[in-house]
Amino acid sequence: MDGLVRPALDVHRIREDFPILATKVHGKPLVFLDSGASAQKPRQVIQAMTRCMEEAYANVHRGAYHLSETATAAYEAAREAVARFLNAARPAEIVFTRNTTEAINLVAHSFGRGLLKPGQVVLTSEMEHHANLVPWQMLRDAGLGIGLRFVRVTDAGELDMDHLAQELAKGDVGLVAVTHMSNVLGTVTPAARIARMAHEAGARVLFDGSQAAVHRRVDVQALDADFYVFTGHKLYGPTGIGVLYAKQELLLRMPPFLGGGDMIESVTLERSTWAAPPARFEAGTPPIVEAVGLHAAVDYVTAIGMDAIEAHERALVDHAMRVLPAIEGVEILGRAQDRGGVFAFSFDAAHPHDLSTLLDRVGICVRAGRHCAEPLHARFGVENGTSRASFGLYTTREEVDFLAEALTSARRFFAGKAG
Amino acid sequence: MFDELRDLYQDIILDHGRKPRNFRRLEDADLAARGDNPLCGDRMELWVKTAPDGTIADAAFQGRGCAISMASASLMTETVRGKTREQARTLGETFREMAMTGTCPDCQASLAGEMERLTPLAGVHEFPSRVKCATLAWHTLNAALDGAGEASTEGGEP
Repeated sequence: MDGLVRPALDVHRIREDFPILATKVHGKPLVFLDSGASAQKPRQVIQAMTRCMEEAYANVHRGAYHLSETATAAYEAAREAVARFLNAARPAEIVFTRNTTEAINLVAHSFGRGLLKPGQVVLTSEMEHHANLVPWQMLRDAGLGIGLRFVRVTDAGELDMDHLAQELAKGDVGLVAVTHMSNVLGTVTPAARIARMAHEAGARVLFDGSQAAVHRRVDVQALDADFYVFTGHKLYGPTGIGVLYAKQELLLRMPPFLGGGDMIESVTLERSTWAAPPARFEAGTPPIVEAVGLHAAVDYVTAIGMDAIEAHERALVDHAMRVLPAIEGVEILGRAQDRGGVFAFSFDAAHPHDLSTLLDRVGICVRAGRHCAEPLHARFGVENGTSRASFGLYTTREEVDFLAEALTSARRFFAGKAG
Repeated sequence: MFDELRDLYQDIILDHGRKPRNFRRLEDADLAARGDNPLCGDRMELWVKTAPDGTIADAAFQGRGCAISMASASLMTETVRGKTREQARTLGETFREMAMTGTCPDCQASLAGEMERLTPLAGVHEFPSRVKCATLAWHTLNAALDGAGEASTEGGEP
C-alpha cells in the first residue's frame, strides 16, 4: 500500500455531466453498459467542440492569420495533453489518426513494410480485437516474407506467458502486438513484463490500449512500449480521432503511411520529401475539432483521476462477479486475476441477440455477438457469441444489480413463464 | 418485466426456437445452400428435396442462431413442403414484406393459409436489427432454389 487515501469518485455528481444519461429508452431510464464499444460524452467535451467551431475554427498549419494560428495552437495543445496523459517523453511522439484501427494499420504499413525484414514474424495473440489481427494478416499476405504467429490464451483468459516465451525464443520475432486489456474478457495483460521479454528477444512491442487507456493510468515510458494505440471515442471523447504513440527513434525511421498535404517537406511533380514526425504521418486536414474534444476528454478523466476511475470500476466488476454467476445459466468468460470493467457472459436461457432485445426493452444496453473477436469466441467454444457488459466511470452499483434482476427475469420469460 | 415483448416472442416462436422442426440433414436432397449472417454469427445449412413433379417434397435444416432465426427456419421448412418452387419464392417475398412492414397487403388468397402460419413472426418489424434474423432462412431457400449454394445477409466477397 502506498499509504495514500484513494480519491473517491462521486458517481452521482459525474453522471450529471453526461446529458444522455438523463434520457429514457422505451420510457425507462438508460442503463448504458456498452461503454467498451463507445463511451458517452460529458458536457465538457461537447462544449469544447462547440466552442471550437463557434469561436476558433480554421484549418491548421496553413494560414498566416490569427484564427488559423489559434486553431493550430489548440490542435497542438491537444497533442501535448495526450503526451502528458500517456507520459510520453515528447509531444512529437503522438500521432493523431482516425481511430485505433487506423493507428495499427499505420504501424503495420510504415513499420511493418518499412522496418521489418523478410523472415521476421509478428507475434499477436488469440484474444485480440480484429483491429489488432487483420492488419497483420494483410502484412503477412503482402508477399514480403513477414510471418504471423499467435500467443495462446489460457482457460482463465490470460495470455499464456510460457507460450509467449517459447515463441520469442525462436529468435525471429520482430514485433509483439498484443492488447493491454481484452475487450471481451476484461483481462489486463502484464504489459511491462511483455515489453521486457520482447526487448530481450530483440523485438519491438505494440500495445492495443483501446480498453486499457480508459480504465487505468498508462505510462508508456514505464511500460517501455515502442508503440501504444488508443481511440478517443472510448475515452469519453469524440469519434474520428485516435492516437498512435511511438518512440521518436522509430518514427524518425518510418516511411509515411498516407500521402498528401501536411506530411511533406517539399514537392515537385516528380517527387516529394517527407516532413518530420509527427506531421509525416498526418496527411491531409487532421481531425481538428475532434482533437479539441479529445483534449477536453483527457482533461476530464485526469481531473477525476485515472486511479480513482480504476478503483471505481474494479469495485463494480468485483460486485458483478459476485452477483451474476449466482444467477442460474449465467457463465462468465475467463477469470483473470487482473481485469478492468469489461466482462462477457453466456446465458443458457437465450441467444445473446434475444437477450439483448429483452434487456433493451427495460433500458439496458449491452453488446451481443462476438465483439470483433471471433477467434477468441472460437477458442472458448462459444460460437453463438456472448453478451458483454462494459462499465464506464458513470456506471453505478445499482445498474449492475438491475442487470442481475433483468437476467433472472429473462430466464423466466424464455421458459415461457411470466417474465 | 418483459411482458410487452410477448408479441415478438409468442409461445410458438419460443417453442420452435427451442425445438426446431425438421432440424436434420437431408441425405437425399437435390438442392442445398448455406446461409450466413456474419454480423451476429447466425449460420444455417438448408436442404431441399424435390418431387418428380417439381414440388418440394421435403425441406430440412441445421444451424445455430437466435430464437427468431431458428423459429423462422423451422416454420419455413414446414410451410414450403408440397409447394412448387414458384409458390415457395412467392411465400418468401411475401414473408420478407411482412417482416419489414408488419403487414401483408399482397398476401395471395391461394397462400393465405400458409402466410397465416408465418404471422407469429410479423412482430419483428418493430425491431429493425432483428429483421435479418427472421429472413435469413428465406434468403437461404432462394439460394438453394437458384443453385447459388450460399446466401449472406451482408453480401460481398470476404
